[in-house]
Amino acid sequence: MIVNGERRACETAGRTSLADLLRDDLHLTGTHLGCEHGVCGCCTVLLDGEPVRSCIILAAQADGHSVTTIEGIGAPDGGLSGVQEAFCQAHALQCGYCTPGMVLAVTALLDANPAPSRADIDEALGGNICRCTGYVQIREAVELAARQSAARG
Amino acid sequence: MAEPVARRWVSRPHRVREDRRFVTGHGRYVADITPPGTLHAGLVTSPHAHARIISIDPADALELDGVAAVVTGAELAKSTEPLRQYLSLPAVQWRPLAVEETRYAGEWVAAVVATSRAVAEDAAELVGVDYEPLPAALDPEIAMRDGAPLVHAALGTNVLANREFTWGDVAGDFARAESVSRVRVRWNRNSTVPLETFGVVAGWDGDRNLLDVWASVQMPQFPDQVADALRLATNQVRVHFDVDVGGSYGVKRGVKHAVLAGYLSMTLRTPVKLIEDRAENMHGGDFHGPDRIFEVDLACTHDGDFTSIRIGVIDDEGAFPGRSPLQLAKPIGAIVGPYRIGSAAYTATAVATNKTGQVAVRGFGQAPTNYAIESAVDAAARDLGLDRLAIRRRNFIRPDEFPYRIPSGTEYDSGDYGAVLDKVIGLAGTAAKPGLATLERRRDELRAAGKLAGIGVATCLEPGGGNAIFENIMNPANDKTTFPEGCRLRVDAGGQITAIISISSAGQGHDTLVATLVAEELGRDPDAITVVRADSLTGMPSQSPVGSRMAIVLGEAVRGAATELKDKLRRIGAHNLGVPLDEVEYSGGDVTDRAGHRLAWPDLAAIALRRQHLMPPGEQPGLEVVHVAHTPRSGELARPDGTVQIYPCYSFEAHLVLAAVDQETGVVDLDRYYLAHDCGTIINPDIVRGMVLGGTAHGIGVALYEQFAYSDEGQPLTQSFMDYLLPSTHEVPSIMDAEHCTPSPFTTLGQKGAGEAGYMGAPAAVASAVNDALAGRGVGPLLSLPIKPADVWQAIQGRPR
Repeated sequence: MIVNGERRACETAGRTSLADLLRDDLHLTGTHLGCEHGVCGCCTVLLDGEPVRSCIILAAQADGHSVTTIEGIGAPDGGLSGVQEAFCQAHALQCGYCTPGMVLAVTALLDANPAPSRADIDEALGGNICRCTGYVQIREAVELAARQSAARG
Repeated sequence: MAEPVARRWVSRPHRVREDRRFVTGHGRYVADITPPGTLHAGLVTSPHAHARIISIDPADALELDGVAAVVTGAELAKSTEPLRQYLSLPAVQWRPLAVEETRYAGEWVAAVVATSRAVAEDAAELVGVDYEPLPAALDPEIAMRDGAPLVHAALGTNVLANREFTWGDVAGDFARAESVSRVRVRWNRNSTVPLETFGVVAGWDGDRNLLDVWASVQMPQFPDQVADALRLATNQVRVHFDVDVGGSYGVKRGVKHAVLAGYLSMTLRTPVKLIEDRAENMHGGDFHGPDRIFEVDLACTHDGDFTSIRIGVIDDEGAFPGRSPLQLAKPIGAIVGPYRIGSAAYTATAVATNKTGQVAVRGFGQAPTNYAIESAVDAAARDLGLDRLAIRRRNFIRPDEFPYRIPSGTEYDSGDYGAVLDKVIGLAGTAAKPGLATLERRRDELRAAGKLAGIGVATCLEPGGGNAIFENIMNPANDKTTFPEGCRLRVDAGGQITAIISISSAGQGHDTLVATLVAEELGRDPDAITVVRADSLTGMPSQSPVGSRMAIVLGEAVRGAATELKDKLRRIGAHNLGVPLDEVEYSGGDVTDRAGHRLAWPDLAAIALRRQHLMPPGEQPGLEVVHVAHTPRSGELARPDGTVQIYPCYSFEAHLVLAAVDQETGVVDLDRYYLAHDCGTIINPDIVRGMVLGGTAHGIGVALYEQFAYSDEGQPLTQSFMDYLLPSTHEVPSIMDAEHCTPSPFTTLGQKGAGEAGYMGAPAAVASAVNDALAGRGVGPLLSLPIKPADVWQAIQGRPR
C-alpha cells in the first residue's frame, strides 16, 4: 500500500488491524488508539482520502490502497498544513491524544467542503471525541482554516 | 488587594508551545515507548462481582507460543506490599491482583506476559479460574446496614470512614429558621474517562538496582508508592516525566499498574509494558469517580437569607479506598459555596461496595458538592417563591468582605461574584437587549414551538492551589502539611535559560506556563526559554498537577528561583561595577548602577560560567538555582473540629443555560450556553479558556449522559463507548464565555486555579435548566444525574421513577 505517498510492503497476520500495522510495524505512532471499537475517532486516518477508523479496519483491507496518517499531512516544505496551523492558532487541543484524528477528519472535511457551516462541522466531527476542549476551539480552528484557505485562494 | 498591572507576557495572547508537536503527531505517549526486549502484559479479569478464587490453572496459557509467564495474585502478594491507602484500615488490602477473593467484576485476577499484546490476550483467555460466587454488596445505603454482605469480611463492616463536623450554632440556626429547604440528590458513578487509557512501561536494571518507569501518570507520591509496594528503596524507582499523558483530569493514578509491571520486569529481567484496553480501563483500573447520595438542608429567612446548611453525604467508594475517600474532605474548604452562611454541618460516610474502586476526579469531590449546594439553593428559591438569580445575589459574599472566613475554617481569598454574574447575563444579550429578557424570549419561542424549555443557573467555586490537608482532616494519622512544587533555573555560558520541572503533563500546557512565568520574572523572551522535565530522581520535590495548583505553586517556585537568580546576578554586577550591592538594579537581564553603568546579560552569564577572575570572592560558579515552594497558606494541621485553611485560592464561575426538552422523546438540547469565569490573573488566555470550556463539556456529560451503570448482580452495563456516552460535537453547544479578573492577594501575580473550571458548575446549571423546563409543565424536579431521556419522558408522563 501507499503510506504518506511512499510504497510500503510488509507481511502481517490476517487479524492485524490497520492501526497496529501503522504503529507497530511502520512506527507511525501519531495514530492513536482510544477505544479500539470504532467510537472515539482517535485512530482516524485517511484511506484513499476518506476518513476511516484504523482500529476496526484490517491491515489487509488497506492492501493496494493509499493511506494518509498525521505524519503525512504537513506542508510539502516540512511546515504545518493549513489545518494544523489553524489548530495551533486557535489552541484547538490540550493533551493532543485526539488531535491527529481530529486534524485528519477536518482535512477531509475541508477538501470536500471548503466553506462548511456549523452543522457541517459538527456532522463531520461527530465521530471524533475530544475530552479536553469541549470542541469550541476546534470549531473555531475549522472556521479559521477555511477562512485562511479561502484567503490564500 | 493588588491592582491588575500591565505585564509583558502574562495574560497576553501567546501561542501555546506544546501545540505544534501534538498537531504533527509527535507527542510521545507511553504506548509509543517500547524499549528493546519489551514483553507485553495481558490481564485475566473477574467475571463476578464477589467470589472466592478456588484455583487458577495457567497450564494451557503457558503452552501458547510466545508466553513468558503467568502470575497470580497469591504469587505477587508474596513479593510485594499492599498499595497505599489513606484510611487506617489494615483489614483492607488493595493489591494489583486479587488474592483469595475477587471483589468486583473486572478486577484483575492474573497477568500474562508474552511477546506481544495480542498473544498475551490470547493466553489470558486460556487461564482457567474456578470461582465460588459470594453475595455482593451493591447499594451503598443497604451495604451500610448490619447484616449486609461484606466486601472485606476482615473489616467487619462496609463503612470505611464516617466523619461528622459541626461549625457554629447549626441547631440554633435551624430552630430559628423561618424556612428550611431540603433536597436529596444523587450524583451517580462516572469518571473523567480520558481517551488514552492508563499505560506503563517498567524496566528493571539489575546491574544498577534501578527500576525505570514510563507511565501516563498524574499522581502525587507515585514514585514513592511504587517503591514501597515493590519493597524497593525510594531511590531505586526512577519515574520519567517526559511522557505525554493523553488526558487525565485527575484519574491517571495507576500505582497498581506500575507495581504489577515493575514486579514482572524484576522477575523476568526485561522491560514489561502494560497498556490497558478500553474495557480494562473502564472496569479494572480502579478509575471510577465519586458516586454520591446527598441530603442537604438549607435554613433561610422568609426573605431568602441563608442562615445555616446541613450536608450529609454517602459516597459509594467501590471495593478499594485509595485516595478516594479524601475527596469527601476537600469540599469542606468550600462547604458554603459562594454564599454567606453563618453555620454549617457536614457528615461524610465512605462505604465499600462490590464495584470498581474510585480515584481522584477533577475537583476532588467539589463538583458533586457544588451540585448538591446549588440544588438546595434552587429548592429554596422554589419554596420561597423567589427568583433563582435574586436569591443567589442576595446571599453572595460581597467583594468588600474578603478575605472571608467560612464556618469550616477556610478563608476565601477574593472574589466579585455579583460582577461575574452580571457578566454572564450580559453575554446573553446586547447593550440594547438585556440578557435575561433575550434569554426568556428565546425560551418562550421554544415553548411556542412545542418544546419544554427552561433556564438554568449555577454559581460555583473552584478551590485552587491544592494542598493535601484533607488527608489530615479525614484521618488524623496523616500528618502531611506541605505539598511542595519545585523549579530549577539554569543560565548557561551562552546566556540561554532552561527551566526544569519534575512533573508530567496531561494537556495543561505547563511548558507554556513555566516559560511565560520565567519570562515575566526575568524580563527575558519566553520563546527563547527551554523547558524540560527532570525525572523523579533528578528532579525537585513535586506533587503533580492536581488540585488546580500549578499556576499557583509553580508560580511560587518560579518566583523564588528567579529571585535567587537575580540576586546572584546583582552580586556579580555590583562586584564588577565596583559599587555596593544596594546600588544596583536588575532589569530585563541587565544589572545597572545608579550612574547608569551597565553589565549586560551575556557578560553576566559569561562571568558566572567562564571568568572566575571576575566573580565575587566566595561565589559559586554557574547560574543554577533550585527553589521548592510550599503551597500558599499551608503548613498547619487541622484542629480537632476539622477547621483549617484548605486550598489558598477560590476561583468563581457563573453558568447560564437554556435547555430545550423534546416532549416526545425526553431528549434535552442545550439551546444556549453562557459562562463567565474568574480565576484572578490569567497566565495564558487560550489555555485557561480551553480548560473552562472543556470542563464545561465534561460537566454536560455528567448532567445528561455519563454513568457507569451496574446490574442488580453487580455486572457492569457500560463496558464500552457504545454505552458510556462521552459528549460529542452533537451534544456540546456553542458556549459563549467571558473572563473576569479578581486577583488573589496570596499568589505571585494574583493568579488562581483553573484546571477544574467549568466542571465545577456545569452539572448543576444543566440540571437547573432541565428542571426549570419541567417545572413549566408542572413536573419534576429530577434530582439524580445523569438526567437521561427516559427520566425526562417518565417525568412528563407523570410517572415518577
